[in-house]
Amino acid sequence: MDTSMLLVVGLLMTAIAYIAGRGRSISVASGVGGVKNLNSLPFYYGALTALWCGIPSFLLLAIWAIFDDYFISQIVVQELPEHVKNMSESELGLLMNTVVNTAQNSSLGLSSEPHILQAAERLRGLEQTNQMAMTVAFISAGIIMMMATWLRIKSNMPARVHVEHAFKWLLLGSACVAIFTTVGIVLSVLFESLRFFQSVPVTDFLFGLQWSPQMAIRADQVGGSGAFGAVPLFAGTMLISMIAMLIAVPTGLMAAIYLAEYAHPKVRSTIKPVLEVLAGVPTVVYGFFAALTVAPVLRDTGSLIGLDVSSESALAAGLVMGVMIIPFVSSLSDDVITAVPQSLRDGSFGLGATHSETIKKVVIPAALPGIVGGVLLAVSRAIGETMIVVMAAGLAAHLTMNPLESVTTVTVQIVKTLVGDQEFNSPKTLSAFALGLMLFTVTLVLNFIALQVVKKYREQYE
Amino acid sequence: MEAVIQKKSEKQGIDEVMPSNEPQDIQVGDKTVGKPFADNPKMAMRNVNVHYGDKQAIFDVNLDIAKNEVIAMIGPSGCGKSTFLRCLNRMNDTIESCRVTGQFILDDQDIYHPKQDIVPLRARVGMVFQKPNPFPKSIYENVAYGPKIHGLASRRVELDEIVEVSLRKAGLWEEVKDRLHSAGTGLSGGQQQRLCIARSIAVSPEVILMDEPCSALDPIATAKIEELIAELKQNFTIAIVTHSMQQAARVSDRTAYFHLGKLIEVNDTKRVFTNPEHDLTEAYITGRFG
Repeated sequence: MDTSMLLVVGLLMTAIAYIAGRGRSISVASGVGGVKNLNSLPFYYGALTALWCGIPSFLLLAIWAIFDDYFISQIVVQELPEHVKNMSESELGLLMNTVVNTAQNSSLGLSSEPHILQAAERLRGLEQTNQMAMTVAFISAGIIMMMATWLRIKSNMPARVHVEHAFKWLLLGSACVAIFTTVGIVLSVLFESLRFFQSVPVTDFLFGLQWSPQMAIRADQVGGSGAFGAVPLFAGTMLISMIAMLIAVPTGLMAAIYLAEYAHPKVRSTIKPVLEVLAGVPTVVYGFFAALTVAPVLRDTGSLIGLDVSSESALAAGLVMGVMIIPFVSSLSDDVITAVPQSLRDGSFGLGATHSETIKKVVIPAALPGIVGGVLLAVSRAIGETMIVVMAAGLAAHLTMNPLESVTTVTVQIVKTLVGDQEFNSPKTLSAFALGLMLFTVTLVLNFIALQVVKKYREQYE
Repeated sequence: MEAVIQKKSEKQGIDEVMPSNEPQDIQVGDKTVGKPFADNPKMAMRNVNVHYGDKQAIFDVNLDIAKNEVIAMIGPSGCGKSTFLRCLNRMNDTIESCRVTGQFILDDQDIYHPKQDIVPLRARVGMVFQKPNPFPKSIYENVAYGPKIHGLASRRVELDEIVEVSLRKAGLWEEVKDRLHSAGTGLSGGQQQRLCIARSIAVSPEVILMDEPCSALDPIATAKIEELIAELKQNFTIAIVTHSMQQAARVSDRTAYFHLGKLIEVNDTKRVFTNPEHDLTEAYITGRFG
């Protein structure tokens, strides 16, 4: 049986173990006067048997599947003729590849050398044996564990405690998935970045004021030598994010205050979902709204009052991005403001404070951690946003603080360097990873600072 | 006459739904017995009716609260005593379905007059709530909150003094003077409630309303609050709603007994607890229902 088939069989076995364990506990129970005299409910005995059957056998299968290739190829290599065995490692690897391919499909005629054909034959034989052994080991492990647990079921066996314990480990494992994924992402970005920094000095990248990543791939090609100064990109990102936050934070916060404090419940239940629809609009749609509607309006208005506004401006991108993230700020803030206990408001009203004084001095301070959380989420969205910027703010890396000019952002450049044909040894491609690492670091630092700020200023109600 | 009939039928309706062990044979009557009026009223309430939506919670209550007296309001759960108390500084305004009619006079001033600003009103009639609700701020900021919003202190020194005096009056100064700037929510329940009292004293109110101020406190903290009420009587007029009849007997000068939204009897506390005029009052204080 192949491995995917074994998985199905394993699940089947586990299901049988559940039924067997459950049945066993019920029959044990009839000997001691009914299910009520069991230590745990029959469900727990079934679950425990299933766990004992499933977990060890699947673990065995996993370990076996990970290591069997290595051992099999070791055996095959050992049996190769002396002169072949003494070849360098990379040559040996190539040869083993040929052997594997030949073994899988001998009609290809990849090689006619007798020692390769012989090795391929041997490999095929070994693999068949291995698969057989794996099937037998897997199934017998499952059955043995099932039987062992089945025999151990007694009326006083604390199955519930064991199952609860296993459940706790399952939850822990789920929590770890997110953490390990993050670590994995960081590591992969980190290693590619290190390769980038081998060809471009870190200082040039961090402090260079020029970004033009075009590089000649072949020596005879016409092309730039490449300049990898990330400052213009980060300046552009900061500029656009800042404009977006200037729009989103006041508007979102005030919308949230209106919804939570002043709006009639009926109004609230209508407006809130409508506001949240904004969050569901694809960013591409926002992108062409920015590029085709907002940017021309800005340019025309600018020319009316004698300002030179470029047709792709940071302002257009920032404005539309700001509108896009309003729901992030408003929805989360609304939730935390609503969660502030009514007793605090009553206390403030009882002292003669007006509604707005109460909001300013009691409700907002109490809701601050949640509000900052919403703002942080919005900032991350703004920094990570790509489509709007590509369409509305342009691709040219200008180092400017003037919102009327076109700028570009880190994410846009990452996309730009990674689309189309590319070579993974060229600094141009690798620069994307360095940019990603920088972006990651910046958002991490921002988060950290915000958390510290919240810790300092939070006013905790119970 | 029609109104009276309707009221009666409504009352009977309530009686039918409420599975109660209260004596059916005692007539509620339409008139409050005892001494609901005072010679020198600080507050005077006339013909007070309160509705929550379609449901009437208070029926035709007439009551005076005398200067510098402590009046206790007792009665079984849902009798309307808290609702009545919250009307006295218009805290019911925040409840949308609540409709209040009748006259509420505070020193010749109609507090439900359309032109009445509730901000100075609530500064004059302060409130202490059932559950201690200090703001999530420092002890100092909690007490300084009211004076700040009413502009009672122009300089820091004045504010410091108001805070100290209020905390002293609330009997909390000695316990917190070294940690004025730590969180008010970090105090014990009894201390929190005294902080809330200090907070309402800080705006120099004339009347303090207390809505079951001790129901969330242990007996020792309760004793302290009761002592405090006896002292506060010198300077303030106090109306207190309580579930504990012993507490009403200990702290109050007059006691008002509410029953199903009606004010049944108001008398000197001693009289209410030794020789009540109305049979319902007697039934309640002797524990026949409640």
